Amino acid sequence: MYTTDLSGKDKKQPAPQTVEDPALLAAFEARVANDEFIEPKDWMPEAYRRTLVRQISQHAHSEIVGMLPEGNWITRAPSLRRKAILLAKVQDEGGHGLYLYSAAETLGTSREQMIEALHSGKAKYSTIFNYPTLTWADIGAIGWLVDGAAIMNQVPLQRTSYGPYARAMVRVCKEESFHQRQGYELTMALCAGSKEQKRMAQDALNRWWWPSLMMFGPPDDKSPNTEQSIRWRIKRETNDELRQKFVDVTVPQAEAIGLTVPDAALRWNEARGHYDFGEIDWEEFYAVVRGEGQVAKERMQARVKAWEDGAWVRDAAAAHAAKRAAAKIAAE
Amino acid sequence: MTKAEVSAYATRLGDDALILGQRLSEWCGHAPTIEVDLSLANLALDLIGQATHFLGVAGDSDQLAFHRDALDFSNCLLVEQPNGDFAQTIARQFLFSTFQELHLQALTSSKDERLAAIAAKAVKEVAYHRQLASDWVVRLGDGTEESKTRIEAALDWMWRFVDELFEMDELEMKLAKERVGVDKSTLRVEWDRRVDAVLAEGTLARPAPRRPVLGGRRGHHTEHLGHLLSQMQFLQRAYPGAVW
Amino acid sequence: MKDWPLWEVFIRTKGGLSHRHAGSVHAADAKMALEHARDTYTRRMEGVSLWVLPSAQIVSSDPADAGPLFEPAEDKIYRHPTFYSIPDHVKHI
Repeated sequence: MYTTDLSGKDKKQPAPQTVEDPALLAAFEARVANDEFIEPKDWMPEAYRRTLVRQISQHAHSEIVGMLPEGNWITRAPSLRRKAILLAKVQDEGGHGLYLYSAAETLGTSREQMIEALHSGKAKYSTIFNYPTLTWADIGAIGWLVDGAAIMNQVPLQRTSYGPYARAMVRVCKEESFHQRQGYELTMALCAGSKEQKRMAQDALNRWWWPSLMMFGPPDDKSPNTEQSIRWRIKRETNDELRQKFVDVTVPQAEAIGLTVPDAALRWNEARGHYDFGEIDWEEFYAVVRGEGQVAKERMQARVKAWEDGAWVRDAAAAHAAKRAAAKIAAE
Repeated sequence: MTKAEVSAYATRLGDDALILGQRLSEWCGHAPTIEVDLSLANLALDLIGQATHFLGVAGDSDQLAFHRDALDFSNCLLVEQPNGDFAQTIARQFLFSTFQELHLQALTSSKDERLAAIAAKAVKEVAYHRQLASDWVVRLGDGTEESKTRIEAALDWMWRFVDELFEMDELEMKLAKERVGVDKSTLRVEWDRRVDAVLAEGTLARPAPRRPVLGGRRGHHTEHLGHLLSQMQFLQRAYPGAVW
Repeated sequence: MKDWPLWEVFIRTKGGLSHRHAGSVHAADAKMALEHARDTYTRRMEGVSLWVLPSAQIVSSDPADAGPLFEPAEDKIYRHPTFYSIPDHVKHI
């Protein structure tokens, strides 16, 4: 779930208002309402373009930053099989970031611009990645909970109104399905293991449960863009609906392997047909959005370092290509 | 040939792949572009797969990977060298993959069917590694002033470990004679030809010959391996007997 | 430093099928574009052949011209085999 709009809360100035041609706007809204796809060269309102660039690039940033917490354990994975699975998984996240940056680029922004926005702190990414991975069990918890939450949001986005985004999500979802299962399987192995391993698994659930619920974003009454985004099919279900769905499917999964969800208020509500659950600490959520997550600094430092350390490599390849092109012209 | 001899040989092949795969996996999330990140991860995954198969011939691959100390590791010294900057990683990959491809190609006709089968699968993967690394050597050599300086320094760092790749001891000579193993000394001419061709295309000079550093096959490693192992083996060591 | 140029990637998923657009990659040169396409889009045995071409080289029709370009074909139903009714007892046609 890397698509929650995190920019509403701390926006300094209102976005520039463009006056759109009412006829074009009406035709656009009708197409979207009719479940048609919008393609890159089609006319679209500026607000739609802006919202999409923000949402897709934020999603892409989350995939790329999201490589770091799990990447933290690749070199320490406890078996060759686990090492290969984890590396393949983190590599997939990189691929997903790449598909999404490409989709955003069709809207007239460059990858470089998006990366600069990330590094300068202007662009946001999912709050979940500013939590640390302290033990091997965190790798299981991330796959099971974080990817589980992500899938809930991403599956409906395969039918989102913007064609390139929808196609990127089809590819992402196809690849994502193994992520959650491997996370759960890893956690299952720990629960079937020694006392220390089980303690590790429970501790990971304790730390990742609430941040996972926060991933769905602020409650609906505090999420200003929801209505428009749903009309535009940029979003398909509300934050609270998705969060409830997540709780409902995840609690029995925890019980099945003998783990306890860290919420004293959690109970099945027969009348509603859903689990009731406790109050989320929104103060913590907004603090993490503001960049006060425990490892926010480390995450950004790692991304900026990779980018800066790679600058000479990118320059060299470009220079080499230019030399080759010049030599080819000279030879003709 | 005895079972122990084949195991020792398979362990060398597996250790080369394992240690290089481990090194490459350190890049994940930190490469110069996302696309390059994906490429390096693919190389690492191929190598970890090869390690699993080769070590599997010698015994339990996890037991071997996670429960031996440096003295019992028999990889060549080249693959354990630190990633350094991107040039150092590429130089290491270029020199090793060029060798590994020739080695595995010859091994496809091994009389040991398991080794031959693993080699047949792996040689295709490694042909791609060699191509990818060679292309990067050319780009860095014939790119900017800075990239040239860096790739020259990287080749200079790695060059003392080249001769070890072709080193033959009693064990490997015996296995080569029995057509189970490969006489690696015969691969040198073709290796030189291929390496020189890429260096020339990248407008790079071949590093001057130097006194080789040897010892990896006998468990005498550089200082870098111990640190690599302490990280890689941490969980298995901290929780003896646990199943993951 | 600008981004490396953008390339469009097309994959033939198996023999007998045409290449189909899969996505895009950034690469400094054609060789690198192929390598990046391979490492990005064929990690799960998705293909047997790859094409890459610089995105800037693609010429596309303008959506505003969709009417004149594509609608004239709509009433040419005689191009489709179902337009012609043939008695049921006549076979192999």
